Amino acid sequence: MFENHKFIAFETIVIREIRRFSRIWLQTLVPPAITIGLYFVIFGNLVGRRIGEMDGFQYMEFIVPGLIMMAVIQNSYSNVVSSFFSHKFQRSVEELLVSPIPNYVILMGFVVGGMARGLAVGAIVTTMSLFFADLSIQSFPITIAVVLMTSVVFSLAGFINAVFADSFDDISIIPTFVLTPLIYLGGVFYSIQMLPPFWQVVSSLNPIFYMVNTFRYGILGSSDIDVYWAFMIMGVFILVLYISCIWLLRHGTGIRN
Amino acid sequence: MTIAISIKDLDKTYANGVEALKGVSLEVQQGDFFALLGPNGAGKSTIIGVISTLINKSGGSVEVFGRSVDTHIYETKLDLGVVPQEINFSQFEKVKDIVLTQAGYYGLPRKLARERCEKYLKKLGLWEKRSERSRSLSGGMKRRLMIARALVHEPRLLILDEPTAGVDIELRRSMWNFLTEINADGTTIILTTHYLEEAEQMCRNIAIIDEGEIIENTSMKKLIGELDSQVYILDTANEMNGKPEITIDDVLIHRIDAHSLEVKVPNGQLINEVFKELDKQGLEISSMRNKTNRLEQLFLSRLRNNGND
Repeated sequence: MFENHKFIAFETIVIREIRRFSRIWLQTLVPPAITIGLYFVIFGNLVGRRIGEMDGFQYMEFIVPGLIMMAVIQNSYSNVVSSFFSHKFQRSVEELLVSPIPNYVILMGFVVGGMARGLAVGAIVTTMSLFFADLSIQSFPITIAVVLMTSVVFSLAGFINAVFADSFDDISIIPTFVLTPLIYLGGVFYSIQMLPPFWQVVSSLNPIFYMVNTFRYGILGSSDIDVYWAFMIMGVFILVLYISCIWLLRHGTGIRN
Repeated sequence: MTIAISIKDLDKTYANGVEALKGVSLEVQQGDFFALLGPNGAGKSTIIGVISTLINKSGGSVEVFGRSVDTHIYETKLDLGVVPQEINFSQFEKVKDIVLTQAGYYGLPRKLARERCEKYLKKLGLWEKRSERSRSLSGGMKRRLMIARALVHEPRLLILDEPTAGVDIELRRSMWNFLTEINADGTTIILTTHYLEEAEQMCRNIAIIDEGEIIENTSMKKLIGELDSQVYILDTANEMNGKPEITIDDVLIHRIDAHSLEVKVPNGQLINEVFKELDKQGLEISSMRNKTNRLEQLFLSRLRNNGND
């Protein structure tokens, strides 16, 4: 397949993915905006006023980066897992497998689709946060890089979940029992410095903790961790997940016979 | 002549231990209209799945226009259009989007994709439905949409896995005409079907598969020529009081009712002779048809010979 043909195929997958989540915007874009809006009102505004400061920032300012990142993580993941599983369920994945598109182009198409939804919801949540807090971004490059890399990590993870899923239950187990606890324990609502040493070590094993803190560093200029180390961790995750996805596609796990 | 598809010693054993294909070898010439027949579970869809790379084979080789599907993945896929047995497009997308998306998968530029989309949706009578969601289409329309989708990149080889299942007779005949037309234009077609009349009418060559093995691979003409007799149902315009007497050698006659006869005519005997005899007895024949499809008789006899009841 020529390079321009590959690009057309990639573009086709991305456009179809964006069209899919835009068509069902009441299910894909509105609910996360409402949920995160409620976090802003309840935790940031009502409870946050009583908490006062966290790491030298108003509590509302402190949680805004974490909540934006939470929206990006959940939506990147759920877009790819639900879309690819729907293709499997409706057997329309066969259209893709019969076509001459290389596996990496199929994967990139779905990942960029997941990123598009993650970033769209992230943008909505960021706009909403402006009603509750004054955001001044300290480092644009770090902020943009971490949000893009996080989105890639969770799009790839969603793809793996979809490949192994056999039912709609299987696509909600990981987000409910793994992703949500990791996000909540990843320093969205508190600083790791508040934890006893043992739990600080446990938290350092949570990859989402690095993503949230690096993003917070990009916006507020303050973080519990070394951001370069965090970028390296995200890079390793992307590499390992990408290789796993390509291996699964090549072997047809969950999608061929 | 170029060989469109060459299958050698193809084996497939599924994870549950089912041996779906046992050393299948088959060749289909370029430009052919080829029928692949067999009872349910015989291995037809598995062969199609292996050719289209949806099923990983256990052994053997498959070549499409001289290129291996294992080593020339992209080239062979470009030559191939597949219409699967089950509906496999998104039920929530619009008709034209399904075809345009498929065109995109094959790298067709947008302008060309739109032209091809219009061309095939019009040819298959779906242009008026182009902006409707696919789930609102009837069963026959969905099947035609799958054909339009498979043709949008204009493959040299089109494989259809029971394309007319559940389609009413009028639509089925219009699909036959369309497939005959694209075959005449040079597209090689491999067809699996349960309608043996369909295979007999359209296909030039045939393979019969049973329990994962090819038990017959010949030309349709040769196969039909193997019939030793044919059974006809004759309807009479006037009422018969009893069974008419026929004195032609080996022709057997059976009265079904006052207006119908079953006549078994061996090969070499002319049905005209039967008409003459009946005419002498004052019986006027108003219509005539084969009792069973000719291919069906052969198909069933081959399966019986292969140990099926």
